[in-house]
Amino acid sequence: MTEEIIIAGFGGQGVLSMGKIMCYSGIVQGQEVTWMPSYGPEMRGGTANVTVIISDERISSPIINEFDTAIILNQQSMDKFEGMVKPGGTLIYDPNGIVRHPERKDVNIYRVEAAAEAAKMDSTKTFNMIVLGGFLKIKPIFKMENVIAGLKKSLPERYHHLIPMNEKAVLRGSEIVTEAQILN
Amino acid sequence: MKELRLMKGNEAIAEAAIRAGVDGYFGYPITPQSEVLEYLMMERPELRTGMVVLQAESEVAAINMVYGGAGAGKMVMTSSSSPGISLKQEGITYIAGAELPCLILNVVRGGPGLGTIQPAQSDYFQSVKGGGHGDYKLIVLAPASVQEMYDFVETSFDLAFKYRNPVLILSDGAIGQMMEKVEIGDQKVRLTDEQVKERCPWATTGKTTKRERNIITSLDLDPNKQEKFNHKLQAKYKEIEKNEVRFEEIQTKDAEYLFVAYGTSARICQKSVQLARAKGIKVGLLRPITLFPFPAERLLELSKQVKGILSVEMSAGQMIEDIKLSVHCNIPVEHFGRMGGIIPSPGEVVKALEQKFL
Repeated sequence: MTEEIIIAGFGGQGVLSMGKIMCYSGIVQGQEVTWMPSYGPEMRGGTANVTVIISDERISSPIINEFDTAIILNQQSMDKFEGMVKPGGTLIYDPNGIVRHPERKDVNIYRVEAAAEAAKMDSTKTFNMIVLGGFLKIKPIFKMENVIAGLKKSLPERYHHLIPMNEKAVLRGSEIVTEAQILN
Repeated sequence: MKELRLMKGNEAIAEAAIRAGVDGYFGYPITPQSEVLEYLMMERPELRTGMVVLQAESEVAAINMVYGGAGAGKMVMTSSSSPGISLKQEGITYIAGAELPCLILNVVRGGPGLGTIQPAQSDYFQSVKGGGHGDYKLIVLAPASVQEMYDFVETSFDLAFKYRNPVLILSDGAIGQMMEKVEIGDQKVRLTDEQVKERCPWATTGKTTKRERNIITSLDLDPNKQEKFNHKLQAKYKEIEKNEVRFEEIQTKDAEYLFVAYGTSARICQKSVQLARAKGIKVGLLRPITLFPFPAERLLELSKQVKGILSVEMSAGQMIEDIKLSVHCNIPVEHFGRMGGIIPSPGEVVKALEQKFL
């Protein structure tokens, strides 16, 4: 199994930490992982993205321009990454703030209204965990217990009391993700 | 089982330094390597092992602090990125001239000048051909993963003390910034003053009545002595070339074409090998792990097997010169690369191979 993922959105949405939690979950499962962030001028301008690769084998290039899954959280990232999903791949997005919805006909498209849900749950900081839950519903590459173990490793101990809330957000994400376009 | 952590390349180097029992780190911040200094400051190694971590007033100061520490037989290191490494060149040639062991890390960014903060491999010439003045060589290691960033710290110090020669780890912004799984080694205890004296009888550890004073210098105004010293250096470099060549081969056994790439480019080429082989092109990869000494002999052997070599570098083509020298230009050697902080994609590399050779 190799899953090549791009997560892209605004700085502050938890894009980078979501990738980190995925990587830790992979490590707990004994998998190989790479996490390659954008650290250049775009990071300084507000958008953030990270390439995450999870694999059962040694990972070759950490830098790729074709992804199995794109998780897209703002319009700029939609413009940049929609075209980089492999044909037959998966695009997951939060429609919040999206003015031009995905147009590809050769990929599976899912929506997860994470921003709205996080507001409803009165905890905007769990936004990225709701997105992660949506992703895991579609691509169950990590067992829930390993995600929790990953969270524990990723969060400093003083925040460990927040883990139940994050777990709830992941579960909520898996409930609210909806199919927008499924290939036959 | 050993401890596994998810770390950036820069953090891995810093943790490895503490664990290897390094005595001192002297640095100055610059993107994309600032996490080395940040991590060391945060970890408070002075409490863990007694290691000194100091942010110097400039790169020039930092490298001269390394010069001083190394002269006293201590395990010392510095790190920077391209423009900062240029500033350190005077100190580096002095350290090489004084035959002192130390570790220098370059997390390369695009140049020339201030260039960009994005990854590049355009400091190859500076690293393996000199950089500073005089006939000297650094031992140059090129990690291609975060684990190797970690592992090469100890390797570097082993080599540095074995040959009394500075070692350079030539990394780049991608490896410095990306996170991967790292197996963490055991904590080593820093050497005591007595152990340092035993390991480095040449060091300035304080004169005793039993021996002549030790002098650390790179100056000798007598040309005859200076020439003799240069011969000694050259003999040492020959010895290093004989003993320390390291490289990795991927699918070279039946290869008809060969990629040669180090560091980040080698990772990209691993994927290019998979993509090309899926198209029926028999290509392999030779990844130099040491850039000096360069795996010249193995390349010459491979040149009798393959029809062409593509040197893949994030530069205008620098290592290609060493490849051509290695294979005595007996087969076509071409270059493919991107510059200015652009990282080539695996697909681009395959396309370049097809365009140049097929």
